[in-house]
Amino acid sequence: MIPSFPFLKKKSLDHAGNVFLPSRRDFLKIGSLAGGGLLLGVSFQCTTKAQSQAFVPNVYLSISPDNTVTIIAHRSEMGQGIRTSLPMIVADEMGADWSQVRIVQAEGDESKYGNQNTDGSFSVRMFYEPMRKAGATARHLLIKAAAQEWGVDAAACVAENSTVIHSESGRSLTFGALANAAQQLELPDQDTLELKEFSSYKLIGKDTPIIDLKDFVTGKAVFGADVNLPGMKIAVIQRTPVVGATITEYDASEALAIPGVLQVVKISGSGNPPGLTKPLEGLAVIADNTWAAIKGRKALQITWDLGDNASYDSKAQLETMKQSTLEDGMIRRERGDFNQAKQGAAQVIERTYEAPFYAHGTIEPPAAIAQFVEGKMEIWAPTQHPQWARDSVAEACSLSADDVRVNVTLLGGAFGRKSKPDYVVEAAMLAKETGLPIRVQWTREDDLHHDFFHSHSMQRIRATIDADKNLTGWNHHTVFPAIGATSDANELHPSDGELGLGCIDFPYEVPHIRIETHESKAHTRIGWMRSVSNIHHAFAICSMMDEVAEAVGKDPVQFALDMLADDKALDFDGEIKGEFGNYGESLEDYPWETTRLKNVIRRVAQESGWGKSLPSGTAMGFAVHKSFLTYVACVVELMRDDSGEITIPVVHYAVDCGIAVNTDRVRSQFEGGAIFGTSIANTSAITLKDGKVEQNNFDGYQLVRMPQSPKKIHVHIIESNRKPTGVGEPPVPPLAPALANAYYKLTGSRVYALPFKL
Amino acid sequence: MATYELTINGKQYQVDAEEDMPLLWVLRDLLDMKGTKFGCGQALCGACTVMLGDSAVRSCTLPVSAVGSGAVTTIEGLSENGDHPLQKAWIEHIVPQCGYCQSGQIMNAAALLKNNPTPSEDEIDQAMAGNLCRCGTYNRIKEAIFTAAT
Repeated sequence: MIPSFPFLKKKSLDHAGNVFLPSRRDFLKIGSLAGGGLLLGVSFQCTTKAQSQAFVPNVYLSISPDNTVTIIAHRSEMGQGIRTSLPMIVADEMGADWSQVRIVQAEGDESKYGNQNTDGSFSVRMFYEPMRKAGATARHLLIKAAAQEWGVDAAACVAENSTVIHSESGRSLTFGALANAAQQLELPDQDTLELKEFSSYKLIGKDTPIIDLKDFVTGKAVFGADVNLPGMKIAVIQRTPVVGATITEYDASEALAIPGVLQVVKISGSGNPPGLTKPLEGLAVIADNTWAAIKGRKALQITWDLGDNASYDSKAQLETMKQSTLEDGMIRRERGDFNQAKQGAAQVIERTYEAPFYAHGTIEPPAAIAQFVEGKMEIWAPTQHPQWARDSVAEACSLSADDVRVNVTLLGGAFGRKSKPDYVVEAAMLAKETGLPIRVQWTREDDLHHDFFHSHSMQRIRATIDADKNLTGWNHHTVFPAIGATSDANELHPSDGELGLGCIDFPYEVPHIRIETHESKAHTRIGWMRSVSNIHHAFAICSMMDEVAEAVGKDPVQFALDMLADDKALDFDGEIKGEFGNYGESLEDYPWETTRLKNVIRRVAQESGWGKSLPSGTAMGFAVHKSFLTYVACVVELMRDDSGEITIPVVHYAVDCGIAVNTDRVRSQFEGGAIFGTSIANTSAITLKDGKVEQNNFDGYQLVRMPQSPKKIHVHIIESNRKPTGVGEPPVPPLAPALANAYYKLTGSRVYALPFKL
Repeated sequence: MATYELTINGKQYQVDAEEDMPLLWVLRDLLDMKGTKFGCGQALCGACTVMLGDSAVRSCTLPVSAVGSGAVTTIEGLSENGDHPLQKAWIEHIVPQCGYCQSGQIMNAAALLKNNPTPSEDEIDQAMAGNLCRCGTYNRIKEAIFTAAT
C-alpha cells in the first residue's frame, strides 16, 4: 500500500543544494540584475525528477553592487516563519548583514525550485544543509575576490556584516563592491566546501524576528484576497451541499437582478469520488464586488441530485466503525502472539477512543485570483503547493503547465488545507470561461462545509497485564476513512502512510503487539490537518498508557521510561506488514531513538515539577509522542476554581528537534500547537447529517479563544547538534491526551471521546 | 445604491454603495484598503475589527448606512509610521505567526486601551475573547498589550 497523498512522498533530494553560477546565456534567460553583481543558483532537483525533466536555472541568491543581498524564499509562508528561517541560514553562513537582505517569494516552478510542497514539517529538515552550502559558496567567492584584489591569502580574510575584512592590513570591501569580481571566479568544490562552526552563527540557533513583522502589524502584508487586478470581478460559489451531488436545474434570474451581479457560471464538479484537486460542482455568481456576489448567491434557485452520500450520517458511521473494531481486522504489525498474552493475562483493559472530523478553520478562508490573457493563465493564491496548483489548473483548463504561472502570496493560516488546489482551479476555470480577472472568495460557511476534513476515527485498544503487573500485550484496532479514499473509493483501509503517523511505530517494549485496521468509506472529502493521523493515534495510545500505568501501580512518567527500556534504535524488524515511511526518510539517516524520547520525558518532568504535591483543585497530565522525526513530551496542568470552572494554567513541552534553527519560531510553533491542540481536545468537531456538514460558522465550529487557552506555555528545547527536524506539527498530538490525563486526575473521569468539555 | 460620506483614518471619502454593504467590503473592495481582513462575515472572529470613534466594531456586519459621521480607524490609520505603542509591542514580542488576524487583534486592543489604559489579565481575556487566532498567538498578544499599557 503506497501513500496516495503527497506529503509523505519521498522527498530526499540526493543532489539538492548543488550551487551553480548561471551562465551568460542563463543571465539573459533569467533577466539578470541590470547593474551586474553576483548571481548564484541552487539546484533543488531530486534525482529522479532531474533525469526526466529539463533543468531550468534559477537565481537563488544575488548580490547587487548597492550591497543588497536578495534571497529567494521558495517555500510557502503560513505562520511557521519559513520565509525567515531558510534565508537566514544562507545569510548567516555567508556573513551577510541581515538588515540588508531582501526576501523575494518564488513562483511555483518545479523545474527551478524542486518540490515546493510546503507541508509535512520538512522545510528546515530538507534545506538546512543546502542553504548552508549556498551561503558558504557565496562567502567563498566573495572572500576570494577580495583576496585577489588585495593580493593576500584568502584564509586571512573573513566575511561579516556584508563586508570582507583583512584584519592584518585593516582593509575591507563590501559584498556589493566585490560582487562583479566574484562572479568571474570559479565555483569552489561543493564537496569540500567549509561550513561555519555552529558556535559562530549569529542568526542560527538564536531568536531571529520574522521578516514580515512590520508588514503584519501595519496591515501591509499581502495575503491571497489582497491582490487587486484592474477590472477584477469577484466570484462566490454555491457548491454542492453533499459531496458528489450534481445540479439538475437552476434559475439565476433573481441573482442576476441584484445590483452588481454580472453573470452566473456553472462549474461542473468532479462527482464521486471527489478527488483532491478538482472543484465541487457549483454555480458561481460573478459580481463587481464581494457583497453583491454573496447576495447574488443567496438568491440562486438550484435543484440538486444529491447522489449517493445524501443519507450519510457521521454519527451512525462512527457506531458502525466501533462495532467493526470488535472483529478481527487486517493485521498491520505483529510481534509475538497477542492471543497468548490475553490467555495469560490477569487483567485486560479494553477501551475505545473516538475523535470527530476536524476542519482546518484557517482565519483566512480560501481565496484565489486568476487572469487569463492570450492563452496564458496567471494565478495569485495563498497555496502551500504551488506546483500542484499549477498542474491542476493546467489540466482543468486544458493548458500546458508552461502557460500557467502561480504567484504565491502569504497564507493566512493553512495547516494542510491550502495544499489542495481546488479553490485555485475554480478561479482559473472562471477566468478562462469569462475572460475576466476573477477572485474566487470563499466565505466561512464555504470553508467549513467544503473542507478536506481531518478524518473522524474509532480505535479500540486492548492491553493485557499479567499477575506481576507487567504490560504483556497491546492490541490496537484503528479505523478511519482514509485520505486516499477521497481519490479512490476502493481505498477502504488506512494506508501505510497514515499508520506511520504515530500508530505502527508504537515504541514500547511490550512482548506481544498486534495492530489491526478495518474498512470504512469516505462520504466527504478527507484531507490532512496539522500532524494528520498522529492526532487521533496519540490520543488513544497516550490515554491508554496512562490508564495502564495506573493499573500496574506506576507513575505514568516512570512507566513510559520503563517501557522504553534500553537505549536503542527501533527498526520494527519484520513486524510491520507494509512499509514504514519514517516521514520519507531512511532509518539510517533518521533513526528512531528511544534515548531521545526518554530525554524529553525526563526534561518535561523536571521542568514541570512532575511528582511534586499539588494544591487541591489542580492536577497534571502527561503524554509523549514522536512525530515528523521530532521528539516531544508534554505536561498539562489543570485548575478548578471554587465555582467549578476548569482552566489550563500551564503547559510544558520538552522538544528535541535536533538543531533549533530559529529558536523563537520553534517556541512559537509549540505555543500555537498547544492552543491548536486545545481546540482539538475541547471545542471543535464537524458532524454530517443527510450528507451535509452541520456546522456553519465559528459559532457551531468552535475554536479556543483567549480565555480558554493555556495561560502559560513553556517550551524547553533540548540543545542538540543533530540534524534539524520539523516543528510545525509535532506540538499538536500529545496535547489532547496530556489534557485528558490531567482531566482524569482532576475529576476521576477518563476521556474516551473528543472533544470533551472542560 | 446611495452615496455615503465616510471619515476613515482622518480623511474624507465618498462612496457609492448599496446601503446593506458591510463596511468591511466598502474598505476592501471599494476603497482598496486591504489591511482589514475577512474571516467569518458574522462578527464571530474579529479579523475585520476597526475602530468607530473609540469603540471596536466588527466591520463585516456593520452596514455602511449605519456608520454615520463617526471616525473610522483601520490598521492603516492606527499610526503614521507603524509606531503606535501596540505596534511596537507586537514587534517586540514577535506576536504574529501567519499574521492574518493581527490587524483585527491590534485594532481591538487599541480600543481596549483607549477605554482602559491599564487592563488586568482578566480584562484583557474578556476584551479579546471575540478575536480568534488559529495559529495560537494569544499569550504573546496578552504580553504585548501589557507592554503597551505600561
